[in-house]
Amino acid sequence: MTPGFSDDTATAVPPGAGQDALPRRVAGELTEKGFILTQVDKLVNWARAGSLWPMTFGLACCAIEMMHSACSRYDMDRFGVVFRPSPRQSDVILVAGTLTNKMAPAFRKVYDQMAEPRYVISMGSCANGGGYYHYSYAVVRGCDRIVPVDVYIPGCPPTAEALLYGILQLQKKIRRTGTLWR
Amino acid sequence: MDPALHDFGEFIADSLSREVLETKIECNELIVAVHREAIVKVLKFLRDDVNCQFKQLLDVCGVDYPHRDDRFDVVYNLLSLTHNRRIRLKVRTDEETPVPSATGVFVSANWWEREAWDFFGIYFSDHPDLRRIMTDYGFDGHPLRKDFPLTGHVELRYDDERKRVVYEPVKLVQEYRGFDFLSPWEGASAALPGDEKANAAGGGES
Repeated sequence: MTPGFSDDTATAVPPGAGQDALPRRVAGELTEKGFILTQVDKLVNWARAGSLWPMTFGLACCAIEMMHSACSRYDMDRFGVVFRPSPRQSDVILVAGTLTNKMAPAFRKVYDQMAEPRYVISMGSCANGGGYYHYSYAVVRGCDRIVPVDVYIPGCPPTAEALLYGILQLQKKIRRTGTLWR
Repeated sequence: MDPALHDFGEFIADSLSREVLETKIECNELIVAVHREAIVKVLKFLRDDVNCQFKQLLDVCGVDYPHRDDRFDVVYNLLSLTHNRRIRLKVRTDEETPVPSATGVFVSANWWEREAWDFFGIYFSDHPDLRRIMTDYGFDGHPLRKDFPLTGHVELRYDDERKRVVYEPVKLVQEYRGFDFLSPWEGASAALPGDEKANAAGGGES
């Protein structure tokens, strides 16, 4: 196996000139032998984690922070994360904001339309557990009552860095998955 | 107090002496209490009269005073750009008596009356489409009434067997607790925690 598809970001090479060594070795191997050897699950996980397309599901003020993390300062494109406002073509749904009772069936419908493998990131107190509106008559007490959640991001609202960290956590989770199907 | 506003209030009271119950000025804002049946006539006058020209209806909302017999107020806020002046109308009603709809005079009243119906259960007669606007489809009750429980009656979850979102009676792990003992909404006369002992001791002496 080439070192190109490492198991964990913990073993990732720190930024600097050392990072160039890795692609150079891969390129060298390619020119020398004409092929690289790896494992299918590693390759698949690498591909999945490297191009997470989130379904935009901004429901409240958290959506503003979500936009911030997509804008040039934090720039989610660097991680292959590109917003895709269509459930059929997205891998992860980013629940950013208060999920109300009226919205819940629509939210579930959007989730059901997504193709496997699909992931859910719950962003902010309201999506995690109702948050400020926990005792309200109109709010779902956490979006995990409607869909299974992979990553919870705490905060009210979480900063753009926190969201980015949550996405990195999800990538980590995907990389350590041993199976092809969920 | 603004004397021009005071004069204007008197002008309203004189012009609509049979429709207006009371005019008063609070915080430099003119407030006019109006007979329920006359609200359309008053709105029409305020919109069309050359001295009023209240062309904008900014808001219609309800207020609940549960201790009153006619427990609801319907409040109309109007703005006159021509005269740079605002006015607030108030109408009283109860759970059953409908208020004449203002949609014939101001089109913008349509959704606000639906909102007042949705949240307070105030009826508006001659409204073209009086149905809920904000709350969930099939919602039961009127949530901004003071006797409506804060957490409502139902909560949602996805049922994996029925493959759809289902409604269930509310089950809370922990009841809602208010710690704001000075809040005017909770009743400011409530004893502060710890005070009940002091008051009991004082009562013993007297």
